[in-house]
Amino acid sequence: MTSTAVSAPVTAPAEGARSARPRFLRNPWRHPWLLEGFTWLYLIWSLAPIAIAVLFSFNRGKSQASYQGLSWRWYWGDRVNSIWHNPQLHSAMFETLKLSCYTTLIAVPIGVAFALGINRWRGVLPSSFNFIMILSFVVPELIFGVALFFVFTSMPGLRAVGLGNWAEVLGLVTWNVSWPAIIVQGRLVGIGKQYEEASADLGCTQFQTMRRVMLPLLWPAIFASAILVFSGVIDDFVIVDLLSSNATNTPMSVIIYSTQHGGNGGPALNALATVMLLLSFVVAGLGYLGYRLMTRGQRIGGQQALTAIAGAD
Amino acid sequence: MATQAARRSRKSYQPSRWFWVLLAAPGMVWLVVLFVIPFYAMLAIGEGKLDRQTESPVAVFDPFTWSSANLSNVWHDLFGSAAFALPIAWRTIWYVAAASLLSLVIAYPAAYFVARFAGRRKGIFLVLLIAPFWISYMMRMLAWIDLLQTNGYINKVLSFVGLGSPDWLGGHWYTVVLGLVYGYIPYLILVLYAGLDRIDQSLIEAGRDLGLSRVRTFARVTLPLSRQPILTGMLITVLPMLGDYYTNQLLSGAPNTSMIGNLIEGQLSTPSAGQGAILSLLVLLVLLAPMIFYVVQTNRASQAAA
Repeated sequence: MTSTAVSAPVTAPAEGARSARPRFLRNPWRHPWLLEGFTWLYLIWSLAPIAIAVLFSFNRGKSQASYQGLSWRWYWGDRVNSIWHNPQLHSAMFETLKLSCYTTLIAVPIGVAFALGINRWRGVLPSSFNFIMILSFVVPELIFGVALFFVFTSMPGLRAVGLGNWAEVLGLVTWNVSWPAIIVQGRLVGIGKQYEEASADLGCTQFQTMRRVMLPLLWPAIFASAILVFSGVIDDFVIVDLLSSNATNTPMSVIIYSTQHGGNGGPALNALATVMLLLSFVVAGLGYLGYRLMTRGQRIGGQQALTAIAGAD
Repeated sequence: MATQAARRSRKSYQPSRWFWVLLAAPGMVWLVVLFVIPFYAMLAIGEGKLDRQTESPVAVFDPFTWSSANLSNVWHDLFGSAAFALPIAWRTIWYVAAASLLSLVIAYPAAYFVARFAGRRKGIFLVLLIAPFWISYMMRMLAWIDLLQTNGYINKVLSFVGLGSPDWLGGHWYTVVLGLVYGYIPYLILVLYAGLDRIDQSLIEAGRDLGLSRVRTFARVTLPLSRQPILTGMLITVLPMLGDYYTNQLLSGAPNTSMIGNLIEGQLSTPSAGQGAILSLLVLLVLLAPMIFYVVQTNRASQAAA
């Protein structure tokens, strides 16, 4: 294209360049079709395998590689291996739900209170604790999980907890407490201090200010972090893998890993994974609707709500 | 008068510090007991001794009675004559480097398009872009195991085109690297999108209005402004990848694709758990600098917002 411009008459270089380039290329504000094509390819690559995996959960045959027709066999049809009849598989479902609920109920209040306290109490101690909290957000999960494994198996005192449900909940809370702590602190910085000062001027006590002014302003952030913690626990693998002790306290992700890794996978695993997927999507959908409801009246669009409940705000 | 009253009332707003201390206390105690102490416990196991009867490690909490047996064992594994751990460490570094760079090359254009050019369709693009974030890691790995079976769909397509049917899951580095890319890219793309979306559009428009071409505007304006999200995004993909032990177990399972995570996890319930502890601490030591960098960046970003 540029060579045409060079060989064109010197008097009208623009003319030469113009005639050589197709009309749509001449528009400097044209739509980047190449980039859009790439984005679609990426989206297909990232989502089509999931769609196929969901399809296999309805497979009539035993194969995870070739599709043999539609059935509910692996959900409840099969008397031995379906998720309805295999006690290991459906107890894993309830275990995941239990862990998610307990972890959210413990981690969110602790994290929110921590954020409020650390953010308003100035000094070396609170800022070093803030440092530790953010550190817990980036430390590789395996390293942290191994440290907890040692605590619950051989540290005097905490050894009494042992591996199992309690160890999993304690580990998951520690791992997830940074979500509410970071998100609420971000929101606190955004709100500023003027509301607190106004309510104090109007005669509120500190406790009243917290309950009547700060908490209502913080609800969307608290809600978004609760959604993130809940879905984070559904997705979690490393901590629950290291800290679970037997079949009664093994959640879905670990069942999928250990069964598939042992070579005994089958469409029942796909069915379990599909249930997990559905659960996450329900949580995400409720999170989105709830966040929109809480922020109505503010200038927060749907896109912002989407990124908020995915922790990218 | 009015200003005096305002000054007086501002002075009256002196929240008690104890209120904040009480609020922060549960989280602080929690972090000490379940985050700080566990790392000391790991050190105590690593520098501790072995109970010969039960063949299990015993934690020694007093630094004056620490033994360096595990440390010297790990040192021999890493740098001794029959070192088997060093090749694994190098492999881990190269897998993670390849996977994270590939992720960046794939994720950046997609995030850039959605943040800048999706226009009225931004909502639907955003939903599709974020969807994998809500799909569990294990399900995403399972999906590729289904596709990459010897008689799976990928090979059906390949043999239809006449490219044969390779054994993808038989222990190959490329399967593992692709698995890592597929597994961690949703987290990266989200950070990149959020960062690119935050760039002030008027800066880019100014570049274009002043006569820069699309490519040069990108190189001179957008890219420098997205340095921060790229750094953050790389950190939050590289750090967990370094502790990954499940992706290669699922997609290859062969010892020739083992990573440092497998070495650590494999020693946990064995008599050599102490060496696993030392190895974990070494990994932590190496990663301390990038982790502290991340914390400082996060702090600075929140300060800038204020």
